[in-house]
Amino acid sequence: MIKTAVTLGAMIVVAACGPTAATSTGPARTTLTVFAAASLQPAFDKIGQKLQGANNIVTTFSYAGTQTLTTQLTQGAPGDVFASADVAHMTTIESGGLIRGQSAVFAHNRLEIAVAKGNPKGIHTLADLGRSGLVVVLADPSVPAGKYAQQALAKAKVTVHPASLEQQVTGVLSKVALGEADAGIVYVSDIVTSGQVDGVAIPDAQNVIADYPIAVLKGTQNVTGATAFVDLVLSTEGQTILRAAGFEGV
Amino acid sequence: MRRAKTPAAIGLLAALGLLLFLLPLAGLIIRAPWNQALGELADPTTTTALGLSIFSSLTATGIALVLGIPLAMILARTRGTLRNVLRALTTLPMVLPPVVGGVALLLAFGRRGLVGSLLYQAFGIQIPFTTAAAVMAETFVAMPFLVIAVEAGLRSLDHRYEEAARSLGAGYWRVFTRVTLPLLRPAIFSGAVLCWARALGEFGATITFAGNFPGRTQTVPIAVYLALETKPDAAITLSLILLVVSVAILVGMRDRWLGAL
Repeated sequence: MIKTAVTLGAMIVVAACGPTAATSTGPARTTLTVFAAASLQPAFDKIGQKLQGANNIVTTFSYAGTQTLTTQLTQGAPGDVFASADVAHMTTIESGGLIRGQSAVFAHNRLEIAVAKGNPKGIHTLADLGRSGLVVVLADPSVPAGKYAQQALAKAKVTVHPASLEQQVTGVLSKVALGEADAGIVYVSDIVTSGQVDGVAIPDAQNVIADYPIAVLKGTQNVTGATAFVDLVLSTEGQTILRAAGFEGV
Repeated sequence: MRRAKTPAAIGLLAALGLLLFLLPLAGLIIRAPWNQALGELADPTTTTALGLSIFSSLTATGIALVLGIPLAMILARTRGTLRNVLRALTTLPMVLPPVVGGVALLLAFGRRGLVGSLLYQAFGIQIPFTTAAAVMAETFVAMPFLVIAVEAGLRSLDHRYEEAARSLGAGYWRVFTRVTLPLLRPAIFSGAVLCWARALGEFGATITFAGNFPGRTQTVPIAVYLALETKPDAAITLSLILLVVSVAILVGMRDRWLGAL
């Protein structure tokens, strides 16, 4: 339900931007549908606006958890571009013969501990999350963010008794932001774009780096537009937008 | 007198309406991995979620009976603007998207909520992430169904029976337990069934307010949602189990149900 609201919100934002004045000399206006992991929304909304200004391509985004998007695409949902929050789901799409050409990793995201502003509980390491009396919330292991969090905790040899296993990473973030949880493990980009929580860095030796691959989908009716979108994401301009949203470039 | 013939258009629309219900049901039944169904039923995740769902939905219905019947009695007594306001407030959870209801519950009973902050500071009690939170979320969403049914029952009640009992010297509580409640039984029954069914299917408010943890707050609808991403077969089986339980209850209660509504 939250995902649908977010998707609708994104559609309204895109629609509200409206058509730019199409000059008779500019390229004809075309449309594009991009299936993208929920964590990409702040960055991809901006990239979509750039693309519309430069190439007169109106992009509609379907943001959801990567696992949900993968299910939709394998069930035949029509789209032009797919951006995944992990390589495993892109591989599923790729081996299903659903992409055109090859996928390319365009960004990395690392994990961070989300805590209340000012870090009142004094959480500085993953080991602190094992303290008793601390309310810790994680994403469910079926969600990429939850899988990564488990890997990170295993590397740090910490046993955590989570109060809840949220069905998406934004659920973890909102529980910390609302003060119900003392800490949660989310992506750096979530903390950067949320602004409502503080982040505690996790050292490289314990961290898990998520790779985000992107690909043009085989069923696309707009190869030029889809390729232009992927190129823009991989360009210096696109990478700058992604970095500003808390991702690491490639 | 001959009954007027139903126009074909009405029959056609009714058939379309029925198809909307039947096709998803057929999809579920046809795609169900029947050979694995028993195995899933033995899976601890399934049994834990099912046990929790039954426990929390029954508890929610019990609380709704204790609090909802008096509320319906007050509603049935009031008139005019006050009644409209009270009724709107009571039915609010029915129109509110459940996720919004969950956020509202957090803001009231969460650790930083209106009441929750007092509980936390005074006794160190945190409601979210507990089974109690799951029960509260279900009660919040489901109780209006009971209140509305009982209120309707009270309004159509023939009050002469109560007056007769009173004139024969019965006190308030005696009239209430011996006359009013038995007369209301069909309404209470149908309201409780609706309330229980709604509580059993609750998802949005529960996951928002209570979170998700096996054995504590992971009810069947939440387990289905999570399984859908990783083990679609298990999700379909779990859905079927919930479906069978719901249908059994609804069919079993149908006669009383129709009689009361």
